[in-house]
Amino acid sequence: MISLQNVSKDFGTFRALNKVSLEIQHGERVVVCGPSGSGKSTMIRCINRLEAHDEGTIVVDGIELTDNVKDIAGIRRNIGMVFQQFNLFPHLTVLDNLTVAPLKARKMPKTKAIELAKHYLDLVHIPEQAEKYPGQLSGGQQQRVAIARSLCMEPKIMLFDEPTSALDPEMIKEVLDVMIELAEGGMTMIVVTHEMGFAKRAADTVVFMDQGQIVETADTETFFASPESERTKLFLSQILDH
Amino acid sequence: MPLTSPRIFNMYRFRYLLVAISVLIISGCANTNYHWGWYVVSPTTSQGQTNLKFLLSGLGYTISLSLISIAISILVGLAVALPGLTRSRFGRTFNRIYVETFRSIPPLVMILWAYYGLPVLLNLDIGVFAAGMLALALCDSAFEAEIFRAGIQSINRGQHEAADSIGLNYINKMRYIILPQAIRRILPPLGNQFVYMLKMSSLVSVIGLADLTRQANELVVTEYRPLEIYTVLVLEYLVLIVIASKLVRKLEHYMGADESLAR
Repeated sequence: MISLQNVSKDFGTFRALNKVSLEIQHGERVVVCGPSGSGKSTMIRCINRLEAHDEGTIVVDGIELTDNVKDIAGIRRNIGMVFQQFNLFPHLTVLDNLTVAPLKARKMPKTKAIELAKHYLDLVHIPEQAEKYPGQLSGGQQQRVAIARSLCMEPKIMLFDEPTSALDPEMIKEVLDVMIELAEGGMTMIVVTHEMGFAKRAADTVVFMDQGQIVETADTETFFASPESERTKLFLSQILDH
Repeated sequence: MPLTSPRIFNMYRFRYLLVAISVLIISGCANTNYHWGWYVVSPTTSQGQTNLKFLLSGLGYTISLSLISIAISILVGLAVALPGLTRSRFGRTFNRIYVETFRSIPPLVMILWAYYGLPVLLNLDIGVFAAGMLALALCDSAFEAEIFRAGIQSINRGQHEAADSIGLNYINKMRYIILPQAIRRILPPLGNQFVYMLKMSSLVSVIGLADLTRQANELVVTEYRPLEIYTVLVLEYLVLIVIASKLVRKLEHYMGADESLAR
């Protein structure tokens, strides 16, 4: 479904990704973890080409990512993305946030788009907030709206870029719960997160990155029970010992 | 809202204007050697009435020229600003050259050039109004382009990324996500440009458009009372611009009415 082969990305002289290779199957749930600046976000941002990679190949759903604008638009329609800062559109109501892409990118009739939006608002447990503006919602509610907004394009893959990092502790659970429900529904997901509890519950595979490289890829159980690399062990001991 | 009835002409709202007029009149009267001849523009005499009517007859051209020019310059400005915000080197170069060129040409020079130059160069005799409109719009469009660029750039990059990631194409992203947010930030400087345009339109009098300034000039020639007539001219622009500013404020309020909801 997603295939990265020797992907590299530079920001000026800083090498953010260094020959990263990764295969993700249809329906697979992957959690990506690692210290700050290790290239986790850059990697998933390359997958829907919010960043253009410099070397290597990325193939998503049979289409290779190049400068071809038509391909990129097609791929983006199939990939949903949830950001750390939510990035909801502040001038639109929740309902309009959800319907704008179905109406304009999928050319869906209005009644159908609203129906779809309401369906996904139900799914993230905030059907009553449809007429409000993002600024009137809590962080957790905003992030759930952002998830619903992505789902309205009915993507095959969902990318999450530290979706709970900007949230107050008591709101993290409501967002993770929605993500777990989504995972149980069979969605292909790549989640950059420090929430190891979520990884244990929902992930099939855990990827550990450091300094622009993938240090370790393992199924969830193996990753937490018997990590191979010393770097992974150190990282896990630091984040799990609290 | 204030408690005063909106039906009554509310002097308090025009207090700055009243102060300005008072200052003008008092400073004008300070020099006792000058014998004022306000009769030329007095609304109580028939001569004054005719002259005032003549002076005000320029109002239509001043307003229509300014409105059309600002409308064109906004559209051109947007069309110039957008390529400057893309990654395309060609687009950015075009933007810089356009802005630097038209920002450097004084409006008066541009008006003269459009009126006297175009007929010779392109064999295109477009008339006073069109020449003035073209010159003002082009001069102003460079500033509009910079205003749009600043406004669009002030929108958080995350908004672009979110719009991209849900599959909106460039046009839809601009139309529904970026510009509606940018326009609120752009409106105040845009209003400023409109006021500036109302004033710049007086320059078109030099090629003979019968605007407020031209009418005043012509009346001065026949009446030979420049100080009184130009004082009326000053007041005409003052009133016009105070009204325009009020309208712009109203528009800002209307467009930003839900600003408090949008964090």
